[in-house]
Amino acid sequence: MSAIAELREIADRGYAKPEALVSTEWVAKHLGDPTVRIIESNEDQLLYPSGHIPGAVQVDWTHDLNDQVRRDYLDKAGFEKLMSRIGVTKDTAVVFYGDKSNWWATYAFWIFQLFGHTNAKVMDGGRLKWEKESRPMTREVPSYAPTTYTAPQRDDTKIRVFRDQVMKHQEARRPLIDVRSPAEYSGERTHMPEYPQEGVLRGGHIPGAKNVPWARAANPEDGTFKNAADLKGIYEQEQGLKPGDDIVAYCRIGERSSHTWFVLTYLLGYPKVRNYDGSWTEWGNSVGLPIEK
Amino acid sequence: MADIPAPLQSLLKDFAFLDRTERVELLIEYADRFREVAPEVATRPFAEEHHVIRCESEAYVWATENADGTLKFHFAVENPQGLSAKAWAVILDETLSGQPLEQVVAVPEEAVFQVFGKDISMGKGQGLVGILNLVVHFAKQKLAMKAAAQSSTTSRS
Repeated sequence: MSAIAELREIADRGYAKPEALVSTEWVAKHLGDPTVRIIESNEDQLLYPSGHIPGAVQVDWTHDLNDQVRRDYLDKAGFEKLMSRIGVTKDTAVVFYGDKSNWWATYAFWIFQLFGHTNAKVMDGGRLKWEKESRPMTREVPSYAPTTYTAPQRDDTKIRVFRDQVMKHQEARRPLIDVRSPAEYSGERTHMPEYPQEGVLRGGHIPGAKNVPWARAANPEDGTFKNAADLKGIYEQEQGLKPGDDIVAYCRIGERSSHTWFVLTYLLGYPKVRNYDGSWTEWGNSVGLPIEK
Repeated sequence: MADIPAPLQSLLKDFAFLDRTERVELLIEYADRFREVAPEVATRPFAEEHHVIRCESEAYVWATENADGTLKFHFAVENPQGLSAKAWAVILDETLSGQPLEQVVAVPEEAVFQVFGKDISMGKGQGLVGILNLVVHFAKQKLAMKAAAQSSTTSRS
């Protein structure tokens, strides 16, 4: 399929903002395009060095996107340094892809939006689709001329939400989506005592939260996103969400929920979706917060 | 407390001297050597008791008995992109299979972080610890069976 045909196919899926996605064929056609930077973000640290899309840079969650001391993301200076390192200017279109149906790619995408780099897209299907199509991979790590990038201060008000805000949100019974697995949601403990728990003191979920495991939004065979009708079937018909709802999504540390945030914001066009990155590792360890099982 | 198996001790010493890039390169080499569980040991659908809970790479562990009473460990990793799980499976097989069970059960969870570094994601760390936990579980199970058999022989004599 040609790049145009593939993009048309994405457009035909009924998404609110289809321009947030590009196809593998589109990426293949833009490998040497200086206005595009391909960025790989994975959970598995071995994947990028074992082979990646030619010209792609790696943005690593732990090393590049997190503050190395506080539990927080990088600040304005850190983001500017990162963008300079990967040779990105304000005009560069950044295209994210990664493992696990783009779970970590959407996480990096979300953090880039905290700094307003809106010229950003996700490669539909991620690494899995690229590999399945036997497209070229290389171990060569590219190097780009450093840029001067001036970022705004990180905006934590629009798409990020903190514990106290979530408490008020919960008290007001506004929609909460818990995107973890059903076992994590129910707080069920594993049957063998040796198994590690969640890294939290209490299991369960935030009262009133609906459980929609993040991966339901993706087609498991090639990691692509489901079409808008199927997504509406899950989030609207099944869970009763409405496009105008004020929605908070969470998981364990905010990575899986950024995938759901991307789906609701870009594919279904919901205007007010926020990601609670404190998520269960904060809520389940906090003293006195309400928990439902 | 028993020592941990010598091959693992030696591997941990080697990893302690590696920088991040060398560590990653070496782990990729381990992952390249991954061979899935043989069909004479297990075939799909794999039984739930062999499934590693909370390993996103969908890992499975089996143990078969060697002639000398030690265990041989076998693994499956259902996520084709689960390179870390595959590398860890190869390391556990190469350093724990055939080793004294008292030493296998003494392997601490910390070994995961000595091999992969402290900065792996929480989910990944839990999954890799889960694989080790299941290996240790099978070793404990075998030791308990041996102890029970021994105690029954003693009580009969």
